[in-house]
Amino acid sequence: MTETAAARIERKLTHALKPTRIRVLDESAKHVGHAGARPGGETHFHVEMVSPAFAGLSRLERQRRVHAVLAEELADRVHALSMKLSAPDDSAQG
Amino acid sequence: MTTNPVFERIRQEVGGNDVVLYMKGTPVFPQCGFSAAVVQVLTQIGVKFKGIDVLTDPSLRQGVKDFSQWPTVPQLYVKGEFIGGCDIVREMYQTGELQSLLQSRGIATKAA
Repeated sequence: MTETAAARIERKLTHALKPTRIRVLDESAKHVGHAGARPGGETHFHVEMVSPAFAGLSRLERQRRVHAVLAEELADRVHALSMKLSAPDDSAQG
Repeated sequence: MTTNPVFERIRQEVGGNDVVLYMKGTPVFPQCGFSAAVVQVLTQIGVKFKGIDVLTDPSLRQGVKDFSQWPTVPQLYVKGEFIGGCDIVREMYQTGELQSLLQSRGIATKAA
């Protein structure tokens, strides 16, 4: 059985950042024919995540935490990774 | 410090222009949806910016990622400071933080 890239991303983030909520969407199909798309897809992802690990961090720092966990994927075939990251006590985001 | 020659070029670009966007394509013809989205935000705010197309130069395309230690393009700089990529720019625009940031740095916007 081969793990999909989305499943691998979710597994790594869950392990590293212990989210209370996480959703990883493979949006590669929306980008077919665009720059960075490849046959076989698995190039464009969207991550929504709530984690206590983000508390007190700026937007830049939160995304850097995710980049660090997914360094291997970003260096390889993941071309785009959009994110919506929050901490459980963020009042602005749900 | 590192000796990557591209870094010196980036330092001059982000130091010599108030608002710089490293992007794929040009502001008029973006080659990527994320770059297009940031152009749209900046245009909406009415701020003058310098768009730099990383697709025309492979060393710059990699260099800008190494410079900011940020793995993706687009990348927005204000007064030499790295602000973020598409998600961050969009969120800051929606909350009004981006407009406040520009105004606090004395950069003219349409609303100001």
